[in-house]
Amino acid sequence: MSAAAVERIAHDYLEVRGLVVDFDGFHAVDGVDLTVTKGDLRFLIGPNGAGKTTIIDAITGLTKATGSAVFGVELLGMATHRIVRAGVGRTFQTASVIEDLTVLQNLDIAAGMRRRRLTLLRARKSTPPEVTAALETIGLAEHADKRAGTLAHGQKQWLEIGMLLVQDARLLLLDEPVAGMSAEERQQTGELLQHIAQTRTIVVVEHDMEFLRSFADSVTVLHQGKVIAEGSVAEVQADPKVIEVYLGPSETFAPAAERPPKERPKVTGPSRPVATAPEKFRPPRKITPPTGGADA
Amino acid sequence: MKLVWQSKWTLWAGLAVAVIAVVLAPLLLNDFRLALLAKYLCYAMVAVGIGLAWGQGGMLTLGQGLFFGLGGYIMAMHMKLADAKGGVPDFMSLYGTGEVPIWWEPFRSPGVTLVAIVAVPALAALILGWAVFTRGVRGAYFAILSQALVYAFALLLVNQQQTTGGTNGLNGFKGFFGLALSDPANKRMLYFIAAGVLVAMVIATRALMRSRFGELLIAVRDQENRVRFLGYDPAWTKVFAYVIAAVFAGIGGALFVPIVGIISPANVGVTPSILFLAGVVIGGRTTLLGPVLGTIGLRFVETQLSETYPAFWTYFQGALFILVICFLPQGMASIGTWLKWLRRRREVTA
Ligand SMILES: Nc1ncnc2c1ncn2[C@@H]1O[C@H](COP(=O)(O)OP(=O)(O)O)[C@@H](O)[C@H]1O
Ligand SMILES: [Mg+2]
Repeated sequence: MSAAAVERIAHDYLEVRGLVVDFDGFHAVDGVDLTVTKGDLRFLIGPNGAGKTTIIDAITGLTKATGSAVFGVELLGMATHRIVRAGVGRTFQTASVIEDLTVLQNLDIAAGMRRRRLTLLRARKSTPPEVTAALETIGLAEHADKRAGTLAHGQKQWLEIGMLLVQDARLLLLDEPVAGMSAEERQQTGELLQHIAQTRTIVVVEHDMEFLRSFADSVTVLHQGKVIAEGSVAEVQADPKVIEVYLGPSETFAPAAERPPKERPKVTGPSRPVATAPEKFRPPRKITPPTGGADA
Repeated sequence: MKLVWQSKWTLWAGLAVAVIAVVLAPLLLNDFRLALLAKYLCYAMVAVGIGLAWGQGGMLTLGQGLFFGLGGYIMAMHMKLADAKGGVPDFMSLYGTGEVPIWWEPFRSPGVTLVAIVAVPALAALILGWAVFTRGVRGAYFAILSQALVYAFALLLVNQQQTTGGTNGLNGFKGFFGLALSDPANKRMLYFIAAGVLVAMVIATRALMRSRFGELLIAVRDQENRVRFLGYDPAWTKVFAYVIAAVFAGIGGALFVPIVGIISPANVGVTPSILFLAGVVIGGRTTLLGPVLGTIGLRFVETQLSETYPAFWTYFQGALFILVICFLPQGMASIGTWLKWLRRRREVTA
């Protein structure tokens, strides 16, 4: 990487202010402020329906939002592909790679957005070095010529992360990257994310508490579209508001040894059903066009 | 899915077969049959473009008659003007004001004509594609829009009898760039030109499908919105493929005119536009040669059947269409894969 590029990355940070996403009067995201700097592996947690995915959708131009989201430039109002060219990359809750293309072709396309248009008309003669490097990093080198559609779920998630690396995203927004992975795969993914976070800004939406405790540098807790707590893992898990609205009585947020007493914490006001396991079983969200298209 | 164009070997084998077929045809067929084959080759050019835009790019191009017609009418105007030797084309003195309209004038020049045959369909597709794809119009909506446009185009041609020949279209050509069309040797040469152009289009399409652009086009077809998150604007990828398909259709239309001797609204309207697609469906839209072979085969059967049983043809075509869509959604080109699957299944159950 050139010195200029290193310098540029050193000043990267995401600054979200007063973000509001309005679905016909329902504020799925309701005035969120969020600042994430490079080198800080940030986890975004919250019950099912808290608005985590919607925040990512808003930042990446998939959903209309008001307020501001700055990563070098103001992202709100930009077309998705321009946001991506500004260095923002994301993954989806349900891995969405291009199934009919091989692993290599997926990575090559992701690497290609800055290629000159006319060079697209030529066939790939050799594997670009950044693609080779990414194949190694995500451990899919031996599957390079496999159709992406035939990969296991965890491998698809890795491929997506690999695609973000080759497209040189400087802000990575990962929506539940370890959902459905085995313990060992989670460990590998976590280490990979920690490694990437040294040079890039990362926000991970996650539900798995074990994973969070092992790898998060800091945590933002979202509830009903609002940030209710932010800080280190220890700070957040000690926050009474968090325990009350998110963790619930049976959540194993704290490590087994320091698990809170089994009795239910007092819940004031009308209680909202709290998040439990079902998050995993939510029907996959379809990617909808960012602007009102007349698609069937 | 196995892709026919993937190996070098199949390319060379395919090319060899094509060259042999092209050379043998004039020896085996009489002049009448050869002219028919040349006509099928023009339709096949449209089909190659549809294979790219629809098979590879997912755009249901049900309005290629528009571009076929643009190319065809431009060529026909030039040939009419050339026949008139600086004067007024015959039909204009009969039905019109007896004056050549101003927008015909540029096509007196052979150079302008040749450029326009490529440029006008390209420009039309560029504007249309830009307007449609950047607004996210897709699928059935795009198909309906294409059909409406081609309907309007045919209607316009019919209504402008003084300048377009109306329902009769433009016909009765005598020469083609200085060559007498009455000479069978020149007719044979037209066949070779059509064959050469078609082979060039197939080779160019193969190169495009294998290029990074071809991969991107598949990505856009399968997951248009995902591609935005890779930093591409999918609209322009589609527009480019659409423009190529339009240019192929325009060239096909232009060569159709001297070969068949007529271009009329009946060659460019709604029905011909659907027929352009039929050969592609039957041959296999995602393959390179499927659209070509499907189109030539279908048109051949059409001629045979409609000569002997004119009423039967329509039913036959409908039945074939349904059979292919139900049992071979990837077209005849997938018959090999299908047979292999059957055999494997028998082995498993045996
Ligand atoms: N397109 C949409 N239209 C209306 N409501 C939506 C839409 N997308 C999400 N929501 C709602 O917004 C809220 C936040 O959803 P989401 O961001 O997916 O939550 P999370 O990712 O935190 O589980 C949920 O109540 C959800 O039902
Ligand atoms: Mg979510």
